[in-house]
Amino acid sequence: MAKLNVNGRVMEVDADGSTPLLWVLRENLELTGTKYGCGIAQCGACTVHINGAPVRTCVRPLASVSETDKIVTIEGLSSDASHPLQQAWRELDVPQCGYCQTGMIMAAAALLAKNAAPTDADIDRDMTNICRCGTYRRVRAGIHRAAEIGGTKA
Amino acid sequence: MSTSVKLSRRNFVIGGSAAGLALGFPLPFTARSAHASPGFPDEINAWVVVQPDEQVIIRIARSEMGQGTLTGLAQMVAEELECDWDNVTTEYPSPTENLERGRVWQSFATGGSRGIRESHDYVRQGGAAAREMLIAAAAADWSVAPGECTVSKGVITHGPTGRTTSYGKVASAAAKMEVPTDVKLKDPKNWTLIGKPVKRLDTDDKVTGKQIYASDLILPGMLNAAIRQSPVFGGTVASFDAAKVEDMPGVRKVLQVEDSAVAVVAERWWQAKTALDALPITWNEGEHAGSSSEATAKFIAAGLAADEAFEGNRRGDVGGAMSAAAKTVTADYAYPHQNHATMEPMNATALYTEDRCEVWCPTQNGEGALAATAEASGLPPTQCEVHKQLLGGGFGRRGANDYVRQAVLIAMAMPGTPIKLLWTREEDMTHGLYHPVTQARLSAGLDESGNVNAFRVRISGQSILAGLMPERLGGGADPVVFQCYAPDGDHAFAYDFANLLVDHAMRNPPVTPGFWRGVNANQNTLYTECFIDEVAEAAGRDPLEFRLAHMTNYPKNQAVLKAVAERAGWGKPAAAGVYRGLAQCTAFGSHIAACAEVSVSDGKLKIHRIVAATDCGYAVNPQQIEAQVEGSFVYGLSAMLLGECTVENGRIVQTNFHNYPVMLIRDMPEVETIVMPSGGFWGGVGEPTIAVAAPAVLNALYAATGKRIRSFPLRHHDLTSA
Repeated sequence: MAKLNVNGRVMEVDADGSTPLLWVLRENLELTGTKYGCGIAQCGACTVHINGAPVRTCVRPLASVSETDKIVTIEGLSSDASHPLQQAWRELDVPQCGYCQTGMIMAAAALLAKNAAPTDADIDRDMTNICRCGTYRRVRAGIHRAAEIGGTKA
Repeated sequence: MSTSVKLSRRNFVIGGSAAGLALGFPLPFTARSAHASPGFPDEINAWVVVQPDEQVIIRIARSEMGQGTLTGLAQMVAEELECDWDNVTTEYPSPTENLERGRVWQSFATGGSRGIRESHDYVRQGGAAAREMLIAAAAADWSVAPGECTVSKGVITHGPTGRTTSYGKVASAAAKMEVPTDVKLKDPKNWTLIGKPVKRLDTDDKVTGKQIYASDLILPGMLNAAIRQSPVFGGTVASFDAAKVEDMPGVRKVLQVEDSAVAVVAERWWQAKTALDALPITWNEGEHAGSSSEATAKFIAAGLAADEAFEGNRRGDVGGAMSAAAKTVTADYAYPHQNHATMEPMNATALYTEDRCEVWCPTQNGEGALAATAEASGLPPTQCEVHKQLLGGGFGRRGANDYVRQAVLIAMAMPGTPIKLLWTREEDMTHGLYHPVTQARLSAGLDESGNVNAFRVRISGQSILAGLMPERLGGGADPVVFQCYAPDGDHAFAYDFANLLVDHAMRNPPVTPGFWRGVNANQNTLYTECFIDEVAEAAGRDPLEFRLAHMTNYPKNQAVLKAVAERAGWGKPAAAGVYRGLAQCTAFGSHIAACAEVSVSDGKLKIHRIVAATDCGYAVNPQQIEAQVEGSFVYGLSAMLLGECTVENGRIVQTNFHNYPVMLIRDMPEVETIVMPSGGFWGGVGEPTIAVAAPAVLNALYAATGKRIRSFPLRHHDLTSA
């Protein structure tokens, strides 16, 4: 049994060490907000935070994560959907189909955590998630808006 | 444990027992079963449920796949219902119930940008009828004439006495009222909700991970399936060695699915996929094993000059006019296959017992999914149920229900156990229903004054209808091929040219075609609008002035074109190094134009801005129209700049996003959307603007570089200066 620290709770999982963390989260822990899009770390739909850094979990084996690594999924980003990005996403109606948006938000949250007021160039560099609906313009606006909300709060 | 029998409803012997599987175990994702509705006391009519707490549930038959139809259609119903928008939620009615109730919700098909433009009438009538019934119930309670009552935001007022009541209070009584058949719809000038940029109704759960897509479903006792289909179009399974993987962790069954696929069922999907990867399978590759994109291109190119073709649009005498022309221009264009590449791969969950089959799936056509379930299971549709889930992208791919059929066939091998089938991205990329591949030869004749006196388009290539629904061909011809070249209607060719001939030499390669967001409007408008720029140049005329001069019969198209030109500053200098290009068309009933601004430096194209204008007649939700325009541009430009699916040895070469790249946020231009509804008609929104994005950018690219790009994707071309 491997132990994982997910969203502040330590949980035991019964899965082969080679299983990608994505599938452990989705199938063993039933945290389905983290999505499968490509399986080769191209699309970012499976992005979570491990110790604060954005990680594409579809290529991250379970065995490479230890109990001391703090994993945060979209379900743990905020307790009441109040993260500035979640507020901004609602305010600007960012999602279309929404499937990529949880990964998009997790990538953006990692960006904001290290850079409270990212420029367009910062966003271009860090935000490489794929959205086929084409929400990019509102994603960009949403990150800027979240930076404002976060700045006001602080 | 394993079986290699070919599954079909004819020869599959049902084993095991369905005992213990009650129908309708609690589902985590529906507030209540849609099946409750026939006798549901507070159903006012098929479209509207009002609950005692004033919550209004509006039924939406079309599928939500990101395009905002849940919200837009709810606005239409609520406009007439006069309820409080803040109390509105939506639900999908069940396709089976639609069947049982005489198709009370009409079509569930979601494609062709038809959601609003084909149901605006009856959904508004549904709302209006419910309003009349609610008012009638209040009036009856007060023993007054309904005509003395008014309603606003779900509060009914009796004018003469000032008494008030609410929808929630009279809902039960209203439900017993006769449904009026003749209701008067509001004059558009009195609309208060249609036309308002209200927020989407489906955002909250999409930002928290709570939104359940079909691929997220977890049902009690559910097993998971992975599938591998013949890598070659038309190939079949020769053999597979189930014994090699049966003992792998979690594996429960290895089975063939019809002629062309093998599936592994395991406790967890990752186990199923891992075992499938290890499973030795040999294939009978069949007659298309040698097919290739190169061979297809030659096959289609031969059609450019073929004698036989289906006519799509003819005016005047194009041959005579062409030979009388002072100057002629000719160019050949080509457009490759594309995959829809929805972010959520194809999937469906099925539960089969001997007298019932239930499916949970993301489908663009609930009734089609029901038919596929019934057909695959051999059960009558009334013993089948399709639980529609929100789609993780659709774009036309999920109008087909091949994955539903597969899930049912797999579930039939394990009666009583829900089976979730999920395709890998690789299966999804290589077993799509691809944007058809065509080429076009365009010729124009100019008279002495530089006006077009002859315009000739020969399309050669693939027909979607021939591949998907040959019964809809008319005398062998595919009318869909002529989108944006039609004589009139939703896809009218929006130029005056007196002598015109557009025809189609059908050439169908083995690659399965499909409806891909924008469909044939995409490449047809690219062909026309890039070529028009070539002709304008040959005539020595400005692309805007030249277009407008040949669009006098199409004032709505002129209006959108002028609007983008004006907003972009056409005719005025752009920023240093920035160049502009235009495009316009009529597609899916809307009139569309775009002006793109690009620059090229060191051979790299940068798209700075696209100004778009759309006249969709009535604009239901302007901010969602903007979202659709922006999204359309990403979809259309991803295809033109980056996308192609090629074939080698009968197989699709592109397997995932590393070799089927798409636009990222860094590639996204500024988009300014001018929504200019002129009223009097209902045009589509989800697809039309795709068509103008690529040609506007390409025309700007020519202005910047002097390079005419006529084959795609653009990334294969060297844009560095000669």
